Formats: sequence, C-alpha cells, structure tokens
Amino acid sequence: MVDPTLESTTQPIIRVAGAVKRYGEGDAAIFALAGVDLTIYPGEYVAIMGPSGSGKSTLMNILGALDNMTKGKYFLDGIEIDSMDENALSIVRGRKIGFIFQSFNLIPRTTALANVELPLAYQGIKKDERRKRALKALDVVGLSERIDHEPTELSGGQQQRVAVARALATRPALLLADEPTGALDSKSTQDLLDLFDQINNAGRTVVVITHEDDVGSRAKRVVRMRDGLIISDTLNKGRVA
Amino acid sequence: MNILEIVRFAFRGLGTNKLRTALTTLGIAIGVASVIILIAVGNGSSKQIQSSIDRLGTNTITIQANRGGFGRQAASRGASSKPLTVADAVALSDPIKAPDIKQVAPVASATATCTNGSNTSTPGTFNGTWPAWFEASNTSIAKGSYFTNDDVVQGRRVAVIGNTTATDLFGTQSPIGQEIRCGGIPFTVIGTTTVKGSSGFQDGDSLVVAPLTAVQRSLTGYNSLQSIVVEAKSAKVQDFAQTEINTIMDAQHKVKNTSNRDYRTLNQASLLATSSSNSSVFTVLLGVVAAISLLVGGIGITNIMLVTVVERTREIGIRKAIGAPKGAILSQFLIEATILSLVGGGIGVIGGYIGSHFKIIGIQPVIVPASVLLASGVSVLIGLFFGSYPASRAASLRPIEALRHE
Ligand SMILES: Nc1ncnc2c1ncn2[C@@H]1O[C@H](COP(=O)(O)OP(=O)(O)OP(=O)(O)O)[C@@H](O)[C@H]1O
Ligand SMILES: [Mg+2]
Repeated sequence: MVDPTLESTTQPIIRVAGAVKRYGEGDAAIFALAGVDLTIYPGEYVAIMGPSGSGKSTLMNILGALDNMTKGKYFLDGIEIDSMDENALSIVRGRKIGFIFQSFNLIPRTTALANVELPLAYQGIKKDERRKRALKALDVVGLSERIDHEPTELSGGQQQRVAVARALATRPALLLADEPTGALDSKSTQDLLDLFDQINNAGRTVVVITHEDDVGSRAKRVVRMRDGLIISDTLNKGRVA
Repeated sequence: MNILEIVRFAFRGLGTNKLRTALTTLGIAIGVASVIILIAVGNGSSKQIQSSIDRLGTNTITIQANRGGFGRQAASRGASSKPLTVADAVALSDPIKAPDIKQVAPVASATATCTNGSNTSTPGTFNGTWPAWFEASNTSIAKGSYFTNDDVVQGRRVAVIGNTTATDLFGTQSPIGQEIRCGGIPFTVIGTTTVKGSSGFQDGDSLVVAPLTAVQRSLTGYNSLQSIVVEAKSAKVQDFAQTEINTIMDAQHKVKNTSNRDYRTLNQASLLATSSSNSSVFTVLLGVVAAISLLVGGIGITNIMLVTVVERTREIGIRKAIGAPKGAILSQFLIEATILSLVGGGIGVIGGYIGSHFKIIGIQPVIVPASVLLASGVSVLIGLFFGSYPASRAASLRPIEALRHE
C-alpha cells in the first residue's frame, strides 16, 4: 500500500508488474519470484521483509537491474528496463541507483575516497567536481577523517558508511540496500539507520531489504514476502506523518 | 569515461600484484629478446659468409686440371689428360673469342719454405702468376707495390707476401726491399698484401706471390700449372664467361666428350652461395625457436589475464553495479594486457640490442630491423589477442553473476 500523500503526484520511481524469476528447468524449477507487482513512488522509505528464501534478494537484484526477470515488466523512473541491453543497464544503474550490500562490496586496495569517486568517474564527471562531491558524501556519512584509508583499514560500520557515501555520491533517485545491517553491530546499525532517515528526509527514495524487525520498523512502508509473493504491504503508522 | 582514467585503473590493477606483473613482463621480454638475438645470430652468420664471398671476388672462376686419378671413368676411357698450360691462359685472354672475360692469370703453385736469416715460414700458398691475379683474387697491396708484366717477362725474382708470412720472417720490421730465400732461391720482397683474415682452415695471409716465370724457372718447372684464374667482366656475365671458357678450353685440349673433360672449373662464390642459403635455413630455424618462446610468453599473458579476471570477478561485478559500462571494463583489461606486452616488449627490445653486441658461438649477431618490429608488434598483438578473451569474458558477465562470485 502506497503512502497516500505521495501517490499519483508524480510518476512512480519503481513499477514492477507480474515479475517472475525462475531458477532451473522442469521439475527442478524454483520460482524465486512467482508474480510480484510493486509500485514505489519517489520519496518513499520501503522495507522489504520476509523469511529466508522468500525472494527478497531476488527482487532487489531485479529492482537494481543487476539481474533479469524470467517474465514481467519493470519500469524504473519511467524507463522500461526489461528490454534494455547490458551496456545501457550499466548506465541506468550508475545514474539512477545507489547500491548498499550486506558485504559492503568496496573495491579492495583502494582508498575510501577513490571508492566513492569511482561511480562518478564512470559517469565521466570531471576530477575537481568528482572530488568535491565525494568529499561531501563522505562528510555526510561522518568519515571525513578516514578518506585515505583502504577498506581493510576500516571497521565494518565504517566500510558500510563508505558504501553509503558511494551510493549517495551520484545523487541517485533510488537507494537500494540488501541487508545493509547484516554485518554490523547494534551501534553501527543505529548510525546507519539514522543515516537512512536523513537521506530519506532529504527526499530520496530508500528501499531496504531486511529480516530484522527493528530495521523494518524504521521504514515508512513495509512489504512482506513469502515464497516469491508479496503477502502484505502496509504503512508503518508510527513513521508516516 | 575518460580513457586516461581507464589507463589509471589499468596501472592500479597491475600494481595490485607486482610480482605477477613482473614475471609476466619478464616472460614477454625474454620472448622478444630471443627473437631479436636469434635472428640477429642467423643474419650475422650469413653476413659472415657474404663477406667471405666478397673477399674472394664474386666473378672469378678457377680452372683446374682433372688429372683423372680419382675418376675411374677418365682412366678407363683412356682420356688423355693434358695439363694446364700458359698457352691455355693466353687463349683465354683473347678478347674476341672471350668478350666476357676481363683478365686471366695462370697460377703455378710451389711448396717451399722461406727463410730470412734464422726465421722460417712455410707459406700456405706460394703462387707464381701474372699481375692480373691480384685483382682477380681480390688481393690488394698494403705496402710496397705489385710486380708488373715486365717482371713476368724478365722473370725477376720479386715477391709480394702476406701478413702472416711477413710477421714470421721479419717480425715488426718492414720487409719491403729485403731479400728472402724460398726453397733456396732468393726473392726480393716488393710488397705486402692487406690482411684477409682466415676463411675456414686456411690462413689467407700466409702467402707468397711471385712472377710466374720466376717461380717456374726456379721452383716448379714449366709444364705444370696449378690453375688458371679467370675474372669475368661482372658477376652478371659470369655464366657467359663460363661458356666461353669451356669453348676455348675444349678446343685447346681437344675435348671430344664434354662430359669427360680433362679440366674442371670452380666457382667458389657459388659454393659459398650454397652455404649462405644453408645459413638462411639456419636463420629460419632460429626464428621458429624464438617465435615459440614468444608464443609461450603470450600464453603467459593469457594465463595471467585469466587468473586476474577470475580473481577480480567480484570487483568487476561491483564496478558494473556502480555503473561501469562494458567498454570501460573491457578497455581496462585490454590496456592492462597491452601495458604488460608493451613494457615486456620494450625491455625485450633493449635486451635484444644489448645481447646482440656480444659474439655468440663465434658469430657477431647483426640485428635485422624487421625482426625488432616483428617481435614487438607480435608481442603487442599477442597481448591484445590473448588479453581480449578473458577481458571480454569479464566484461560480458552479468553483474549479479560477478557479485555472487567468491
Ligand atoms: N542463483 C540461484 N540459483 C538457483 N536458485 C536460486 C538462486 N538464487 C536464489 N535462488 C533461490 O531463490 C529463492 C529466493 O532466494 P533469495 O536469495 O531471493 O531469498 P532471500 O529472501 O533473499 O533470503 P535471505 O533472507 O536468506 O537472503 C531461494 O529458494 C533460493 O534458493
Ligand atoms: Mg537475501
């Protein structure tokens, strides 16, 4: 269910219709997604929850254009994704989406600053501008002191904040996070969730996949999945103004 | 995405595992250097042969008597064996019958030990001949002078000696104007020849040359010429000269059956040409060996690129997830491979140049410029060709596959 204050004011940032993802063939076939419809509007903060194996990561990979569907339609910010080739998808990902992964996925042996600058470099942004934006993003996540550190010289929480900075640096319309707190302690988890609030309050769409209730409870809308289907889609009363 | 940026990524990628980068570069360098050096060795050896051909003179033909001693044929058919004579040489000098012959020099060879006081020397070659011999055999004078036709006519006992003989008899002193005794006969040294060096087992500088008449009168007698040296007007007309020699000599010696002549003609230049073509086979063989080592270097690059790509699959996934286009990934890996092969090739070329300064198995290598181009070109192509397979595999991975890779 969509936040009524946002619905129909603009075009949805995400619109998935009849998404099916099948692994394997014939008898061995597994439907990781069994027909999912989901619409998310700009500025929403959505948590996707559900038990292990329910298809959350599969959905996120499709929303992030990292993987293709077996069947279905997907529009990202009005652009039809399912018919695009890999090269065009790279560009869409770079411009529209910021990813945050459970395992951080920073480029090894590369400083925090260089990691954050990387997506900007791939977009062809000039060096000075790139540096400025990367420093600002690192400042937002509170890591101005650590810009010259390589991933192995940072704590898990710090690495994840570098990842957030990297995701923010391109000013994406959509922030996608798959179990972003899965590898963090509770203090770092709280810091990260505060950061998400801040990002969402600035008007950015945030989609977080989690099976932790306290993470889910920070979102404004909770989508629950089971066996590749959405079983509930509710607004988080305490969080929606 | 700026190409310079990608080049920077490539350098950073190579810097990640320095030892591996160094070893791969070394493999290419060795391949390129060995191509250059081995081809240079092959080339050097044919250059050596070429220079001894030049030294012999490319347009001389030597006529020798076929004594029939070895040829059962000649003996059984009872072919009368007539020795070479000065009359033959005179006949060959006829400019009308032999328009392609420039000059002729009959040679009588003596074996004699020469002395100067207590110093002795046995020249490897002791020739009595005409002045034409010097030019026909590509022998020039270093000091003093040639003997003249007049010396031949008068039978003067004068001699031109080679460097080895001069050193044996006179040490560091000048032999010009000195008298030596060869086989007991006194000769006045009037000149020394320029150093020829040795070809094969024969020392070209162990030499005494004197007027034919003087040698015949005092040492060999008049009826046995060792050979007649004929110089054609140019290398081009050598075949015509050869035919003219045969015509004149057949008439002189009354040869009835041209397959059973009592003389034979030798053309050292053509003998050497054969060995020079052998040496180009040698060059090709060396080139093949070297090319194989270059190929091995190329396989090294492929291997490294494959390992690198597999090892960095996850990184590739991350890069694609944050917006790296296929082209950027592909170029990064291709540039890595190109840098490897360029640097390796460059080091190899330098190594090849340095290595070619040393004598290898007695041969001074002579670099073939084309081999440098070939080797470095091939190494870059190998880098691109073998690098492009793993690179395009990496670049075509779907990001999710790459990200799942552990
Ligand atoms: N590459 C794959 N090949 C085959 N089956 C897969 C693959 N990826 C996922 N699956 C299957 O698809 C289903 C959904 O997986 P998914 O990773 O989306 O679950 P999830 O909800 O993210 O679970 P978790 O909370 O444990 O991360 C699972 O049954 C899984 O076994
Ligand atoms: Mg998952």
